Amino acid sequence: MKEIDLVIIGGGPAGMAAALAAYEQGVRDILILEREPQLGGILEQCIHNGFGLHRFREELTGPEYAARFAREIVEKGIPYLLDTMVLELGTEKDGAKIVTAVSPREGYLKLRARAVILAMGCRERPRGAIGIPGTRPAGVYTAGAAQKFVNLKGELPGKRVVILGSGDIGLIMARRMTLEGAKVEAVCELMPYSGGLTRNIVQCLEDFGIPLKLSHTVVRIHGRERVEGVTIAAVGPDRKPLAETEEFIPCDTLLLSVGLIPENELSQQAGVALDPVTGGPSVDECRQTSIPGVFACGNVLHVHDLVDYVSEEAEIAGRQAAAYLSGRKMDGEALPVGGKDGVRYVVPQRVHRDAEPFALYFRVGDVYRNVRIVVESGGKQLLSRAKQKVAPGEMETLPLKKEQIAMLNGPVTVRLEQKGEK
Amino acid sequence: MTRYDVAVIGGGVTGGLTLRELSRWQLSAVLLEKEEDVVMGASKANSAIVHAGFDAEPGTNKAKYNVLGNAMMEETAKELSVPFVRNGSLVLAFTGEDLDTIAELKARGEQNGVPGLALLSPEEVLALEPNVTPEVKGALSAPTGGIVCPYELAIGAIENAMDNGAALRTGFAVEEIRDMGEYFILRSGEETVEARFVVNAAGVYADEVARMAGDESFSITPRRGEYQLLDKAQGSLVRRTIFQPPTKMGKGVLVTPTVDGNLLTGPTSENIEDKADTSTTAAGLARVQELAHRSVPGIQYRMAITSFTGLRACADCHDFIIRPAKGAPRLIHAAGIESPGLTASPAVAKEVVRLLEAAGLALAPKEDFDPRRKPFPKFREMDDEERAALVKADPHFGRIVCRCEGVTEGEVLAAIRRNPPARSVDAVKRRARAGMGRCQGGFCGPQVVELLARELGIPMEEVTKSGGASKMLTGKTR
Repeated sequence: MKEIDLVIIGGGPAGMAAALAAYEQGVRDILILEREPQLGGILEQCIHNGFGLHRFREELTGPEYAARFAREIVEKGIPYLLDTMVLELGTEKDGAKIVTAVSPREGYLKLRARAVILAMGCRERPRGAIGIPGTRPAGVYTAGAAQKFVNLKGELPGKRVVILGSGDIGLIMARRMTLEGAKVEAVCELMPYSGGLTRNIVQCLEDFGIPLKLSHTVVRIHGRERVEGVTIAAVGPDRKPLAETEEFIPCDTLLLSVGLIPENELSQQAGVALDPVTGGPSVDECRQTSIPGVFACGNVLHVHDLVDYVSEEAEIAGRQAAAYLSGRKMDGEALPVGGKDGVRYVVPQRVHRDAEPFALYFRVGDVYRNVRIVVESGGKQLLSRAKQKVAPGEMETLPLKKEQIAMLNGPVTVRLEQKGEK
Repeated sequence: MTRYDVAVIGGGVTGGLTLRELSRWQLSAVLLEKEEDVVMGASKANSAIVHAGFDAEPGTNKAKYNVLGNAMMEETAKELSVPFVRNGSLVLAFTGEDLDTIAELKARGEQNGVPGLALLSPEEVLALEPNVTPEVKGALSAPTGGIVCPYELAIGAIENAMDNGAALRTGFAVEEIRDMGEYFILRSGEETVEARFVVNAAGVYADEVARMAGDESFSITPRRGEYQLLDKAQGSLVRRTIFQPPTKMGKGVLVTPTVDGNLLTGPTSENIEDKADTSTTAAGLARVQELAHRSVPGIQYRMAITSFTGLRACADCHDFIIRPAKGAPRLIHAAGIESPGLTASPAVAKEVVRLLEAAGLALAPKEDFDPRRKPFPKFREMDDEERAALVKADPHFGRIVCRCEGVTEGEVLAAIRRNPPARSVDAVKRRARAGMGRCQGGFCGPQVVELLARELGIPMEEVTKSGGASKMLTGKTR
């Protein structure tokens, strides 16, 4: 069996940034396994711009953003296998990780890795997960599948479109389908607010006059062979459809952007403990999972709004995997991290008392205005920051300094304090 | 034009297994299917259960063929290389009244000849199935109950029949039957097929086919059954098939693992008018969840991956109709095959062939008949050595198309190239399982469309979800 220091599962933005960071730290025996025929992951189909504003201070398309990393991977000679799917991940008694993969060129592979970085990304929730009743015709796609058809295959999945869900992919696809000549009748959002970035609501819907129907959902799909229309309805505060508000919209396509799920089947197989809220592994500030030597970053860990943050997180995982490979041990006590009073989740889920400076990333469960974000440990306040608005669609970052980390003396909590009017 | 000895109308599990039975003999047989693919009706949307046989009234065809079919299923599935598990079933009792009901079911089952029935205490039930409601008062255990993949059973039977010389015509919707005395002329649009004998296995349309031959002796009502299928992460909540006791309110719903490891819940039961209305309803799905939670409270419906509706073909006589048509003795009905039709299908197929012989069809054994279907390659079920060898022999098996179910390009190609050939995205899904998993084709859909287009030599815009006007795409981008 081939032995490798660091196997990275996934050659998207997370996997590539992690590989480069590990390389910077001196790791040379690396192998990236990517299931698509090119590096870049989902960015390859994200041909819109807006990537890299934070990282490169310029607006790039998805493929351009990916190419910057891919070029560096090639220049540094970091090995990778394309068209290669990891099928299984297991651990041996001595701590080694066994990675089983397959590809048409390389055949059936078994690798023995000292460390593994999980960077498999996420997938979209399908129609069945939200149980939209009605017929099952052609023309119901996840927004990502439609994006793949349009941007990678040059095929149009429909001409008259309703989109359910105002997550970023849904918003991006509203614009994309419009630019391709389709008529987007409406974007329906179950919640009273959009889960997408504000800039996408402006640039993808408002600029094109596409109505965003908040607190609305699709209650029925019509059409036997191809979608012929959908019935939408407003929902009450309990998010249940109100029958008297039903409205039929003729269309040939329904696109779904109803949530992303970190893709953790391999992690579960390996016994990695998951956070039930994020759907991703529970990690420490090094992005190490419950299995020593298995790290996670990017959308497999928690769903990000911006790829820039994915790269940043992946670099942490890459650096820390390198430290792990060089024999570094984290000896300090690991303290649990959690959110309350509106904070839905926090990553990392535990931190070491002797940690290097790190940041807490969190998401709220609702839209809040005029709040104070408070971080406490063992009853002591480490940090407090005022914020005009927090929303589920925008991840919040709280960097902790050395002196704040020195104050860690018990479970860490991130919570919101309401200052004035909500 | 070829005149077939037998034409079987309807490519479901009954028609498919009948075609296979016919292919054992030196005769020519054709299967006529109105849809673009076989198995588009009740055979693809049902409980996927091999019933033990305690439910049907003694003396009925349902009771008889249920018990016979159950005994034949293991061998049939093995020959056709179709997944079958004898996982056993339990009928739960929730009340004292239910305890009487399950005792009656036990007596009925014993009268039907069902082996191994036993009444269990609540402790015994919970020891076997810890996720069943702690409120359970007892259960009837039927160890001969099983689960099978119903569409693969039909597809496997049809493939095996075709390999043994039988023919298939899809897109042939019989609209007219003319009895010419020696033979029938079956017409679909401009096309005709001639056959000396006809089998009516047309499911919910069997009464219409009967009427075409002048037999107005029965009618079929479609009965809607809605289901919800859950992720494999929920598939091990129960090992056995968990039934609810029949009450005045209905038969309840079942909770069962499937042979592929998912959890299936349903069905509802509602007579409807429209024989093509396989839509689901908000009320129906809510009802499935409510009732299923009564048996297994821990089911997490946020892990549902799809919902679907099947239409049971219920005859007005409430029993299977397996006999020659009134006034057309060379047309044999296999009609009203509702539950437990899947279980009964191997036995019904044998009986249909016996009736054909009685009606004058000569049966001479075919020397080279091979009852074994070449196993469909299933990469996900292979061990390391088998996988390595397969990929080495054919690199198409080294490319995973459907990551949720671990389906390779080689399997998608096999679905398109083998009999009965897949021509649509759903047809590929039924054969190779691509798109059957938790993302429901979100990732592999575009790739399957591309592979179909390439293999069939058509543009991607011509590829359909399930034949007809169900085009996946509406054109090229600008």
